[in-house]
Amino acid sequence: MSVSAHPFRRYMRNHVTRTTTCPGCGNGIITQAILRAIDELGLDMDDFIFVSGIGCSAWIPSPLFAADTLHTTHGRPIAFATGIKLCLPEKNILVASGDGDLAAIGGNHLIHAARRNIDMTVVLVNNGIYGMTGGQTAPTTPRGLTTITSPHGTLEHTFDICAMVAAAGASYVTRWTTYHPRQMTRSIKKAIVKKGFALVEAISQCPVQFGRAAKLGKAVDMLKHFKENSIRIDKARNLDEEALKGKIVVGEFVDIEKAELASEWARLKQEVMEV
Amino acid sequence: MTRTELTIAGVGGQGSILAGTVLGSAAVTYDGKYAVQTQAYSSELRGGYAATWVVVSDEPVVFPRVTRPDILMAQAQDSINRFSHTLKPDGILIVDSDMVPTPPDNIGHIFRIPATSIARNRLKAPVTANIIMLGALCRVRRVVSREALEKAIVDAVSKEQEQLNLDAFNLGFEAVREPMD
Amino acid sequence: MGRGKKIMTGTHFMMGNLACAEGAIAAGCEFVSGYPITPASEVVNRLAKRLPEVGGIFLQTEDEIAAICSAIGASWAGQKALTATSGPGISLMQENIGFAVATETPLVIVDVQRLGPSTGAPSVGLAGDMVQVARGSHGDYQIVALCPESPQEMFDLTVRAFHLAEKYRVPVFLLADAFVGHMREQVIIPEEKQLEIESRKIPKGGNDPMDRQDFLSVDVAPMPVFGRGFKAHVTSSCHDEHGMRNLSDPEVMHRYISRPIDKILNHRDDIIQVEADYSGASIVLVSYGTVGRSARAAAHLAQAQGLRTGNVRLITCWPFPDREIRQVAESVDFIVVLENNRGQLYPYIKAEAAHACRIELLGPETLGQIHDPEYILARIREMIK
Repeated sequence: MSVSAHPFRRYMRNHVTRTTTCPGCGNGIITQAILRAIDELGLDMDDFIFVSGIGCSAWIPSPLFAADTLHTTHGRPIAFATGIKLCLPEKNILVASGDGDLAAIGGNHLIHAARRNIDMTVVLVNNGIYGMTGGQTAPTTPRGLTTITSPHGTLEHTFDICAMVAAAGASYVTRWTTYHPRQMTRSIKKAIVKKGFALVEAISQCPVQFGRAAKLGKAVDMLKHFKENSIRIDKARNLDEEALKGKIVVGEFVDIEKAELASEWARLKQEVMEV
Repeated sequence: MTRTELTIAGVGGQGSILAGTVLGSAAVTYDGKYAVQTQAYSSELRGGYAATWVVVSDEPVVFPRVTRPDILMAQAQDSINRFSHTLKPDGILIVDSDMVPTPPDNIGHIFRIPATSIARNRLKAPVTANIIMLGALCRVRRVVSREALEKAIVDAVSKEQEQLNLDAFNLGFEAVREPMD
Repeated sequence: MGRGKKIMTGTHFMMGNLACAEGAIAAGCEFVSGYPITPASEVVNRLAKRLPEVGGIFLQTEDEIAAICSAIGASWAGQKALTATSGPGISLMQENIGFAVATETPLVIVDVQRLGPSTGAPSVGLAGDMVQVARGSHGDYQIVALCPESPQEMFDLTVRAFHLAEKYRVPVFLLADAFVGHMREQVIIPEEKQLEIESRKIPKGGNDPMDRQDFLSVDVAPMPVFGRGFKAHVTSSCHDEHGMRNLSDPEVMHRYISRPIDKILNHRDDIIQVEADYSGASIVLVSYGTVGRSARAAAHLAQAQGLRTGNVRLITCWPFPDREIRQVAESVDFIVVLENNRGQLYPYIKAEAAHACRIELLGPETLGQIHDPEYILARIREMIK
């Protein structure tokens, strides 16, 4: 019997034959979107350093990707990535991690990396809950949802990560769901090419924890939910708060050019050393 | 072994710590001596207390703290209140008499230098009071040579401020009528 | 301004914190990250100006956590990296100090200790972090920490910290305090060729970590730094020799803990430096850091008064110089441990000495001020009465 390997198998470490994601997890779709973006850009895995934190989606690049991969402490991948980028400015830095990792415990680093506009691509996988630790409330959990740590429903408001990163000064900010793999792939390509801080928020399904808590059913049901409740930014602009309730606004929020930190450092060093 | 311990104190912004740095730097860089400088200051950078301690010695300094200074240079009344009790019984007190209206009367040797008024009236530069005090110190007790101090002053200030500070140093030196040695 | 000199060879009257900064530049450090904090700020202030002159980068981070994380990232990107802070910053860094230990990352961490607990007194020195630097991160590990007594040693031991960090692929602490950090004294910066700095070993090649040993060698595995096609896998999760996560094999867990510890302990003779001067003495003053100067002055005083008193100063405090202390204890009658705290290394020293001689702890008359030599002498006289 002949076995034909997936065309992206070549981007993966030979000895890694399984992932740590649950059946139905959105990680697979996002993994494919990342690898397809790299493939379509014609880049080599050795052009990248992949950095991730702690949580389900931090397993997307590590240990799977056949590249330099750094698996950091909880919340800190962007801080590690900042040091790497400044010392290896010619490399592409891609951070893949979750909403708890990047927007809760590591929120400050996300804000300041966007403010510095340091060149990196952050794929923030937002499943709206802490999956690996058993379904606790996240800053991204919809208000009122009953979770393990909000048995009477969350009292807190939900974090709009894209709005926050845009306000902090990022060059590129976009949001898609796992129902939008092609759009997500295009955005990851743009994010990689963009000279500056680029956030791709990937709304993803966690049927095991979020699906159960929100009574949204299985993975396919959740994808259907994303399809039915997503609304493009250009349409959303004309709608009021009531009409947007429960909707996922997708699309490009920011796409601008501005001074980038690693390039600014290269310029500064040259200036100081040549004076 | 000659070991001279000095306390230089004032309020933040008067340049007491800089005066100590110039003294230590002169000793080490130009007189071939050994010196250690330590310092303390309050959290507010202007107006709080500031103090520096300098040990000057012909040999390497083992114990770096000043516990019983031979000389206290006080740029503020607050410095007297804080540090005059630490002075050796036969120690030397040099005060900026404009800033210290009531120095203690139980001190071995006291020198009153109107450093602030000299700086203000003759140099039109109040910030040079610390260097005037350093000039006075140089005349009172030759802890470090005059030449070394002048070179260290030049090192410590910008080119434009060089002459002003050397003038200040000289005015302080001249302000002492009866030096001790 | 012009291109800055890499090494400021010559004699200077220099503040300890600046000597530390110059030591870092001289050692070839090209990445420094930090967050402002008294009494360590002068280290990063100086490096912020000096690094671009020599082609390096200074990053002022949003907090101390980002400072150590970005420094670890820079080290994996192949640079010699440093971060500088004081006790509160070390407290924030602890989790990622463990990360540097677990991933065998060369890094220099400067701790200019200040009086605590908590916010305490920022500009007053107290050796309050002696244990937290060695035991403050969770899990079991060993660390290297060097304790300077003078601005000269702020330079020398910073250079040595880089040497040891690179040679053994470990984080190394320079454990100073506010007193020596803000102290100015003669600092002699030698010529570059006189400095001993070993650089890290890098793998000879290969693009698959499964074909290499990247971690867990007691003889120090070459470091597969990023950006050179090594396809390194770096994780602080329990991992095997290839860096691959393994949470199921107890043998791997055992090696994951033991090998980095043994890497330090097996080379302890090369790492540990102790200044000892106690031949013929019956009383020995054991100290470290700035208190070492009080101890030496007290020993001189005591000797002048006929007390056979010697000195042992721990330049390396971690790994703990256990054999050196045992050797002292077995040849004298009485050890007095001098610390500018309420006894942080005392239990460790006592554990090695109590079987062989009398041992007492002596703090300074006022915590935060190093001991007055005359006070030490007076207290010793009381103790031996």
